[in-house]
Amino acid sequence: MAKTIQEINEKIRQGKAVVATAEEIIDLVKQKGTQKAAREVDVVTTGTFGPMCSSGIYFNIGHSRPRIKLGGGRVYLNDVLAYAAFAATDLYLGANALPDDDPRNRFHPGEFNYGGGHVIEDLVAGKDIRLIATAYGTNCYPRRKLETWINLKDLNEAVLFNLRNAYQNYNVAANTSEKTIYTYMGVLKPHLGNINYATAGQLSPLLNDPYYKTIGIGTRIFLGGGTGYITWHGTQHNPHAPRSENGVPRQSAGTLAVIGDLKQMSPRWLVGTSMLGYGATLSVGIGVPIPILSEEILRYTTVKDEEIFAPVVDYSEAYPGRSSEILGEVSYGELKSGKILIQEKEVPTASLSSYPRAVEIANTLKEWIMKGEFLLTEPVAPLPGVEAGITFKPLNERPIEDNRRI
Amino acid sequence: MAISKRVVLHFPSRLVEQPIIYKLVKDYNLVLNILKASVTPKEEGLLILELSGAREDYDRGIQYLTDIGVRIQSLGQNIMRNDARCTHCGACVVICPTGALTLDPKTRMVNFHEDKCTACELCVLACPPRAMEVHF
Ligand code: SF4
Ligand code: SF4
Repeated sequence: MAKTIQEINEKIRQGKAVVATAEEIIDLVKQKGTQKAAREVDVVTTGTFGPMCSSGIYFNIGHSRPRIKLGGGRVYLNDVLAYAAFAATDLYLGANALPDDDPRNRFHPGEFNYGGGHVIEDLVAGKDIRLIATAYGTNCYPRRKLETWINLKDLNEAVLFNLRNAYQNYNVAANTSEKTIYTYMGVLKPHLGNINYATAGQLSPLLNDPYYKTIGIGTRIFLGGGTGYITWHGTQHNPHAPRSENGVPRQSAGTLAVIGDLKQMSPRWLVGTSMLGYGATLSVGIGVPIPILSEEILRYTTVKDEEIFAPVVDYSEAYPGRSSEILGEVSYGELKSGKILIQEKEVPTASLSSYPRAVEIANTLKEWIMKGEFLLTEPVAPLPGVEAGITFKPLNERPIEDNRRI
Repeated sequence: MAISKRVVLHFPSRLVEQPIIYKLVKDYNLVLNILKASVTPKEEGLLILELSGAREDYDRGIQYLTDIGVRIQSLGQNIMRNDARCTHCGACVVICPTGALTLDPKTRMVNFHEDKCTACELCVLACPPRAMEVHF
């Protein structure tokens, strides 16, 4: 028997929906069997929390008197450079933005103590942010300088809008070289000193709906502690990646672009993050509900860490050189045991994505749904799937001849 | 209560020519043992000291140094975890050389065992949300 999203929403409204997290559903289906569980369970909730670099906010600060046109000018928020290339008072701030005077990696590894992600955390925490802007001045926007405190509550709109989040599976990072390397996958000690991974595994949204059968454009989600929506597939969305028999990709594959009102989010779920030697970023909490419309969809949500595989990639050579060579494949079950065997060496593992926080997100979403506070949405369009024929293109560099005009 | 601590003092150049050590001994009754010094006039100075004395004198001495603009780093200082900032990601467990940061396999939370911490500070910058803090 198949259910519809409307039927599930009706049960949610009546406070009768049966909800399980993607972790709980594993045992539940083992006990009850797929058929019975599919009849009983209405929604499975997922969650993930970790650094997601392609995140940022856009916001409108309101018009000063006299007016200033920030677009085409230069704007700093707590010294961090914002993107001022829209109309007079709209700005975008990306998680990786840095102050001009941050030493970056001049003394390697750079610390990256404060960047765009930290401004976003401070803003969402209700702290005042120092805005310093210069503009070129026009007849209609004569002002050339603006220095003011801004606060989230006074902004007209403040919106989290992330271009790529919630990667469906990801590389596992290792370092076979002689020296410690500092990467977006954390600190990697030499001679396979440690191995870092970065997904929530069995709780991760897109690993529980590997073919995007329910998750689509318009899906309402948990985002940054509030609610948000999936707006599109994320950049580098690559549904065509190799998959296991259970449909789960064996390397990084699908991604999501998401949006939500920053004013109802919380600093617990948008955390300014510093990757030593790499840069500043933002850790983002995302949870996606999966409506159990059929036995097939339920079966996908029962995926276990032991059944999800990821490639181990050498970040001292293969990754920077963009070689496709891998050191091996491991399951999240093995990764979570604390050590794995790679090249005949026992290597300790660490995670960059917080599993306890992923559990908390899945539980929060579950609670919202059970209390009738969170209704599911029908996607308005699907995400591109395997059949879309997308190929993930590398950059094809073409040298620029000296005298060629655009 | 008497205490003895090892500290690293960073002097901005404007302080290099002042009789700070003399004051620590005379005004704050501290006994000091210089473990390393590199002080060149007109540049930043660095001094590694073992400071001993009464707890009260020690605290006042450290306050005096802080007030005049000396940056103090303690060698035997406390590393504390800011629990409000720790996300329990687990990135630090492979960084800590002494096993002071361990993962609970059941809850997947990271436990901090202060008694095992040698204050090597390796975790401080390796922790992405910067939850491991140096306290004096
Ligand atoms: S790296 Fe930092 S945030 Fe992550 S578990 Fe360790 S102390 Fe907590
Ligand atoms: S300071 Fe050193 S010993 Fe202490 S917890 Fe951090 S890494 Fe471990």
